[in-house]
Amino acid sequence: MKRIGIFVCHCGTNIAGTIDIARVIEEIQKFPEVVCALDYKYMCSDPGQQLIRDHIRDDKLDALIVAACSPAMHETTFRKTAATAGVNPYQTEIANIREQSSWVHQKQREAATNKAIETIRTIVAKVHYNQSLVPFYLPLVKRALVIGGGIAGMQAALDIADAGYPVVLVEQSSGLGGRMGQLSGIYLNFEAAPDLLSQTIEAVTHHPNIQVLTNAEVTQVGGYVGNFTVHVEQRTPEPPEPASATGVVPGNPVSYSFDIGAIVVATGYDLYRKERLGEYGGGRYPDVIDGLQFEAMLRRDGPTGGLIRRPSDGRIPKEVVWVQCAGSRDPELHMPYCSKVCCMYVAKQAMLYKRQVPEGQATVFYIDIRSQGKGYEEFVQRAMTEHDVLYVRGKASKVFQEDGRVKVWGVDTLTGLPVEVEADLVVLATATVARSDAQELGQRLRISMDEHGFFNEAHPKLRPVESLTAGVFLAGAAQFPKDIPETVAQASAAASKVLSLFSQRQMVQEPTIAYVDPEICSGCGLCIPACPYEARTMHEWRHIAVVNAALCQGCGACTVVCPNKACQVRNLTPVQILAMMEAYL
Amino acid sequence: MKVSYFPGCTLNTTGKGFDNAVRAATAAVGLELIELAEWNCCGATYPLIVDNMLELAAPAHVLVAARNQGSTVTTACTTCYNVLKRTNKFIREHPDERERLNAFIEAEYQGEVEVKDILHLLRDEVGFAAVQEKVQRPLKDLKVACYYGCMVLRPPAEVAYDDPDHPRSLDDLMTALGAMPVDYPHKNECCGAYLTVSAPEVTREMVYTILKSAQLAGAQAVVTNCPLCQFNLDKRQAEMAQFHAGFQSLPVFYFSQLMGLALGLDASEYGWERHYIDVRPLLNSLGL
Repeated sequence: MKRIGIFVCHCGTNIAGTIDIARVIEEIQKFPEVVCALDYKYMCSDPGQQLIRDHIRDDKLDALIVAACSPAMHETTFRKTAATAGVNPYQTEIANIREQSSWVHQKQREAATNKAIETIRTIVAKVHYNQSLVPFYLPLVKRALVIGGGIAGMQAALDIADAGYPVVLVEQSSGLGGRMGQLSGIYLNFEAAPDLLSQTIEAVTHHPNIQVLTNAEVTQVGGYVGNFTVHVEQRTPEPPEPASATGVVPGNPVSYSFDIGAIVVATGYDLYRKERLGEYGGGRYPDVIDGLQFEAMLRRDGPTGGLIRRPSDGRIPKEVVWVQCAGSRDPELHMPYCSKVCCMYVAKQAMLYKRQVPEGQATVFYIDIRSQGKGYEEFVQRAMTEHDVLYVRGKASKVFQEDGRVKVWGVDTLTGLPVEVEADLVVLATATVARSDAQELGQRLRISMDEHGFFNEAHPKLRPVESLTAGVFLAGAAQFPKDIPETVAQASAAASKVLSLFSQRQMVQEPTIAYVDPEICSGCGLCIPACPYEARTMHEWRHIAVVNAALCQGCGACTVVCPNKACQVRNLTPVQILAMMEAYL
Repeated sequence: MKVSYFPGCTLNTTGKGFDNAVRAATAAVGLELIELAEWNCCGATYPLIVDNMLELAAPAHVLVAARNQGSTVTTACTTCYNVLKRTNKFIREHPDERERLNAFIEAEYQGEVEVKDILHLLRDEVGFAAVQEKVQRPLKDLKVACYYGCMVLRPPAEVAYDDPDHPRSLDDLMTALGAMPVDYPHKNECCGAYLTVSAPEVTREMVYTILKSAQLAGAQAVVTNCPLCQFNLDKRQAEMAQFHAGFQSLPVFYFSQLMGLALGLDASEYGWERHYIDVRPLLNSLGL
């Protein structure tokens, strides 16, 4: 015999406004094993929880039911309340009489009251069979993998490594730095990106806790949070001497395997290919280039030694036009979203151009200026007022070559007139897009992507640096376009998520998951494809199904397919479900 | 190869010469056009309003007539092509509206017919190489600016069978006929379309931009596949010199006229007399 206490919450008028609480109390008192039934205005409040604790003590309860809102709201709250009063938390159940009764039957007092009573009746039947459970503890590997050696990956790696944990940093190309390594001076102070990066690269390369693998790719990811197994392949760089002399066969990759506890994905972005912007003559005219090509021109170590020269004939361009939103904010033909960084880097590029070619004319076609950031708006204003950059508010419609000159057509929406500008050089601020190989990596990591190929965060507001896969975190433009300070902030946030995971001694897992009775399991294997979390495997030699407790989410798909009920979810067994059905019918 | 043919009103009236040339030139390269036994106006514009049932009735009716006669329907009028192609796509992709439309026009049409522009058929079914083999009198030395307008290119996802920004099917056809297409940037620029009625001065300036660019590239003539473009490019030249001193006029051909000439066909019924800018001096000078 159990001693069950039932606590009915009014939720102000959310429940009590519709449901006849007095009649509910009167009816549920009659249910078997129910020792007490009480109601209170807000059961989740401190006095409400104290009421529960008091009755656990006075009535010697060993199980309780809270008839209130959805378990998604307060199941954890009341299980903690039970635990503090000495009742096993898994002997506590919620009867949802708000979302599933009072809210959806607001004008039907009688029916809603009856439904609440029946809901509680079924939960009483379930609780009768509830077992006292304890959580699992799983081992936790305190080593992080960071994928991508740009500023995002390096920042995350440094933060984790500085806290004392080992980090494996995998970079696809031959060096660290990523996209930031391709930039010239950065906004707002024109500091040279290579100088800024060199300190970070130095710190990463020489950090005792960071193992850097360049020319390397993550080829396989298995396991789960705290216990990933990651395979990395590193291409051997071309040996400077003949292969026979060094003994290294070029192109023969070296394989590594790591045990990893958490993964930070910082794989960055691509630029929308300018060849896809036929209306702007991208890829057709040599003097139509993209933003990164202009950055290369501005770098002392770039192809022009830092001098702005147009590609066709090497002359100094006297008239340069920047086309903003080239491929962005264009749902019909290109990408629908704002690429976020273009307004700022175009202002910076135009200013750097004017510094180098003061007599030149810089013209920017824009739809809106989006300069939200500390000092950003003032920076753009300086481009206009101090550097005489001409901002034309309107989208460029067409870039073409005629009579040997590149011309830009657009509209000035402030005057309503069409504009034609003859240009020596046109810079397309092409859209920032997801990397072409992001999907492949996403599948390997089992993390989801949005319709544009950017990795999805777990929640757009409250969990912006976590993926939906436990233990995999996101940093930088692989999640969505963002500039350097935002990228660094997100990278540090991802690192802190890794550190909070690593600060646990072990990993805790809810016990309300599936288990297999080895005496009954026939080894049919039906549960393996049924499991959406890949938590099921066949035991190597016992020929029965086994549950990976770290991956199981307790969804119950396996119990449905199991022909002889060898597989059950703890505290949601077939016996309990049938008892609930019987109570209800 | 036999294909159902929808002439449309323009090619049946003011564009009769275009129509005659299309029928003769396609027949000469083995493409037999069978005019729909019964047809009506295509609707002339694809409706952009939400409740467009009434405006879709006319093109849907044409598509039903085409379905009753074969699997593919072609037209030489780019406007008709645009309206029929988009209506067909709409019918295919909108089951609810399709049901209403069918109830309205008393038909059972699911979008079975394939709508193809005549130039598309010439390119992909006949092949420009096959056309080239049949050329009797190459259009040697004719520097021609190919002009596509918008109807076969936009919206690209719905109608385009060519690169909407840098189309080349007409250019390739002209090359096959022995002409020398010139490269200029306004092959797909707007000709002004129906503004020619309400604001002819706007159309005139748009036409000027196109023709000026073609001349700068060395063109002696313009060739197009669109009746409305042909009209605007041709007609608006009449008053051009008043507004743009020194403007030299340019003859504006239909592609089928040049194709018929190159194939050595009898071109007497190609409607030369309807051109506002006389094409004959140029043809004579080239020995055509």
